[in-house]
Amino acid sequence: MKVLVTNDELCIGCHLCEDICSQTWYKEMNHGLSSIRITSLGNAEWGMAVCNQCGNCIDVCPTGALYRDKAGVVRLKKADCVGCLSCVGFCPTLTMYYHEDYVEPIKCISCGLCANECPTGAISIEVLAE
Amino acid sequence: MGSAEISKERIAELEAGHRVLAEFSYEPEGVKKGYAGQTLYVNVSDNAIATRPVDEKMKKTFVGGRGFDLWLLWNAVTGNTKWDSPENEIVISAGPIGGITQYPGTGKSIAVSISPLTNTVVDSNVGGYFGPLLKFAGFDAIEVQGIAEEEVIVFVDGNAGKVQIIAAPEESVNSHILAEEMAALFASKPGERQAVTSVSAGVGAEHALMGCLNFSFYDPRRQVARLKQAGRGGIGTVLRKKKVKALVVKYVGLKGDSNTPQDLKGIQDTGAKMHREIYERDPIMFEMRKDGTNHLTKIMNDYDILPVHNFRYGAHPEAEKIYSPNFQKHFDYSSPDGCWYGCTLACAKFAKELELCSGPYKGQTVTVDGPEYETVAGIGANCGIWDPHAVLEANFYCDTYGIDTISFGTSMAFAMECFEEGLINTEVTSGLELNFGNGDAMLEVLHQIGRGEGFGAILGQGIRRMKAIFAADYGADPKFLQDIGMEAKGLEYSEYVTKESLAQQGGYGLANKGPQHDEAWLIFMDAVNNQIPTFEDKAEALHYFPMWRTWFGLMGLCKLPWNDVEPADNRTSYSGMDAAKVPEHVQNYVELFRGVTGRDDIKTGKDLVRMSEVVYNFQRVFNLKMGFGTREHDVIPYRSAGPVTDIEYESRAERYDQQLSELVGIDPEGMSTTEKRKALRRYREEQYDKLIDAVYERRGWDANGIPTLGTIQELGIDFPDLVEVVNTHTNSQG
Repeated sequence: MKVLVTNDELCIGCHLCEDICSQTWYKEMNHGLSSIRITSLGNAEWGMAVCNQCGNCIDVCPTGALYRDKAGVVRLKKADCVGCLSCVGFCPTLTMYYHEDYVEPIKCISCGLCANECPTGAISIEVLAE
Repeated sequence: MGSAEISKERIAELEAGHRVLAEFSYEPEGVKKGYAGQTLYVNVSDNAIATRPVDEKMKKTFVGGRGFDLWLLWNAVTGNTKWDSPENEIVISAGPIGGITQYPGTGKSIAVSISPLTNTVVDSNVGGYFGPLLKFAGFDAIEVQGIAEEEVIVFVDGNAGKVQIIAAPEESVNSHILAEEMAALFASKPGERQAVTSVSAGVGAEHALMGCLNFSFYDPRRQVARLKQAGRGGIGTVLRKKKVKALVVKYVGLKGDSNTPQDLKGIQDTGAKMHREIYERDPIMFEMRKDGTNHLTKIMNDYDILPVHNFRYGAHPEAEKIYSPNFQKHFDYSSPDGCWYGCTLACAKFAKELELCSGPYKGQTVTVDGPEYETVAGIGANCGIWDPHAVLEANFYCDTYGIDTISFGTSMAFAMECFEEGLINTEVTSGLELNFGNGDAMLEVLHQIGRGEGFGAILGQGIRRMKAIFAADYGADPKFLQDIGMEAKGLEYSEYVTKESLAQQGGYGLANKGPQHDEAWLIFMDAVNNQIPTFEDKAEALHYFPMWRTWFGLMGLCKLPWNDVEPADNRTSYSGMDAAKVPEHVQNYVELFRGVTGRDDIKTGKDLVRMSEVVYNFQRVFNLKMGFGTREHDVIPYRSAGPVTDIEYESRAERYDQQLSELVGIDPEGMSTTEKRKALRRYREEQYDKLIDAVYERRGWDANGIPTLGTIQELGIDFPDLVEVVNTHTNSQG
C-alpha cells in the first residue's frame, strides 16, 4: 500500500507541500485545496495531517466513487461522486477535506510530489504491507 | 428488495405491451435555490399532462413538500370528494432542501391524498429517491388525478424533458418485482439504475384500504431495488384505484450542487459537522447505523411503553426475542444504508437471504428493508408474536403487497383481542385460530388480503370498519369495540402505549391525519421525566413539537437526524423541554434553509416553526372542508388513556391505586377492581378534555377545535374560500 508518511519533528512549516499539492491538482496556490495540511502547534512546532489510505471512506461512500487502486491507494472517481461528504465526516484521521469551489472532496492519492520537494524530508512515500 | 435479475426476454415482453397514450415535452431548466419553479399535473382519465408555475407567493406561504401537496390538493378536490373519486389526487413533493447530499436525511418525499381510511386529507412521509429526482427532473411536485381505463405507468424522463403515460399491461403489480422491472426498463445501462426511481403499490392495496406506496432506491453495490414506504392512510389504495402501476422518474447526473444552493459552503460546513457528530455519537447513543429504529424495542419494553396484546400492556417477558440482536444476524452491513445520498445515520437496514415460508413466493430467498421499530412492535409485540422470522416475512409481504405495516399490525392485534374475547370466532376468521402469538395465522390473513378474500378482506378495511362489522353482523358490544379499537379519525395507532402520558394522548388524538407519532412524541418528557407537568406546559409542547416536526415535511427532510443523535453537550448546555428541542440541530436547519434558498429573513428556529404554523392550520381547515376537523374527531379510544379491563388495571394496580388516592382523592381501599377502574376512567377522561381545551387555546382555535378567523388572518391564509369554510363551520355550531 503506497502511502505518505510524515514526521512532524522534521517539519519547519514552510507549507511547500501544500503549495505543490494544490497547484498540481487544482492549478491554484490555495492551501484550502491541498490534501496535506500543515498546522502550527506553537513554539515552532508543526502538525502534519494527511490521509493514511486506511480506506474507511470506501465503506461509507453511497455511490462507490471511492475505491482502492492496484497500488493500494484509495482514489476518488469524481464522475461518480455526489459530494455528500460522508467520507469527510467518517474519516478516522480527519484528513479528507472539502472546499466550497468544488462539490467533490479533496483526497490524497500518494502521488509523492510533496515528498519530492520537502526540504527536510518530513514527508516520504512508503510502500506498506496491506 | 427482490433478488431476481429481470431477464432480457422479460424486458422485451414488457416493452411489447407498451403503448404511449400521451406524451408531453418540456425544457428542463434546472433547479434554482431549491426550487424547480413548476409542478407537474398528470390526469390518467383523459391523459392530460401539463405544468403549473410555482410563484413566489406559493413558496412564501406553503414553502414546499407537504405545504405544496396540500395546496395543490385543496384546489383539486371539493368537500364532497371521496378517496375513490376521479378528482382525488396523489400529490408528491420533496421540498426545497430535499435533494441536497451533504446533510443526513435530506431525501424525503411527502405524499398527500384523500384517504380511504379517514375520508379526509392524509400526509405520509417516505425515503427513497423519487421526490428529489422528480425535482431535479424539473418539478417541485407531481399531481396524479383521474382513474385510468387500463393499467398505466407515468414516466418522467428528466434528461430528455419528456413525460409519458404508457399503457403497461404486462408489468408486475407486487412492488418487489415491479421496482426491479422499472429499474431495468428505464435505465439505458445497469450503471444507470440508481438514476431510476419508482412509486408503486402491490396487489394488497387493491383489496384493502390500508395500502401503502413503495418508493424505490436502487442499491448499486447489492444490485437490488430497495423500497421505503409512505405507509399511512391508504395512499397505495388510491394509486391502485387509479390503475397506476408505477410513477417513474429518471434523472441522470445528480451532483452535490444539483439543488443550486445559494451558499454551498454553508451547507458543506453544516453537513460535514453533522456527519462527524454521527460518527462520534451514534455508536454511544442509539446505534441507528447498526440496528435502525428497532433499537427502540428494548427501550420501550424497559419503560413499559411497548404495545403488547393490542395495547393492553406495555411490556412482556418474551420481548427480548425481538430485540435488535435477533435481527442483526439477518442484516448485511457490507454497504452504506442511507435511503438518500449522504445519510450517514443510515437507519434503513438490509435483511438478506430471507427464505419465505408462506405465500405466493414460498421457498424463494428474498431481501427486505427494515424492519422498522413500528413493524417489530406492531406485528411482533402487539400481536404477541415473538418470532423475528415471522416479523421479517410479514414485513416483506406487507411491502410487496403494498400494505402499511402499522395499520396491519394494529388491526391484527385488535382482531386477535376480539377473537380471544369471543366477539368473533373461526366462522368469521376463515377458520383461523386468531389467538395472540399465532404467527402463521397472521401471515395467512396477510395473504388473504393479497388475494382479496376471507377474513383478510375484512381486516384490510381497518379497525373503524371492523368495529362496525363486528357490531352489526356479530353482535359485539360497540362501546367495548370503541374502547379497545386503537384508531382515531379512522387511522390505526402507531406503536406506543400512551396510557400514562396525557400529553402523548393528545399527541395522537390531535394529530391532523390521525394517530401517528410523526407529529409529537412526548412520552419521555411527560411521563418519564415529568418535565411538562401542567396543562399549560403540555399545551406548549403540543404546540411546539407538532409544528416543529411538520417543518421536516415542508423541506424534504427526515426527522431522525434531528433528535436520534444529539451533540455531546446538548444535555449539559440545556435542560427539560429546551434540551428536547436540540437547539444546535435546530440552528443547523436554519443554516441549511438559508443556505439553500438564500432567504436571509429566516434567522431562528421560531422562523422555521412559523412556516409550519401556516401549513398546519391550513391542513386543519382542509379537514374541516372535508367534513372533519372539529372536536368530535379528536376523541381517542379509552385504551390509549387508561385501562379498559380489570386485567389491565391489575397489571399496574399499584400505580393506579396511588393515582386514585393522590390525584383523584379517592381511597382505593375496599373498592373492587371494576369500581377503581371506573373511577380512574372518569378522572382520566376529564383530564383529556382539559388538555384539549388548553391546546386549542394555545393554537388559536375555538373550543370546537376550529382555527379562529383571527388565527387564519394572522397566518396570512385568509383566502376567500378558506375563510368561507371556517365561517361556515364556526357559524354552524351556533
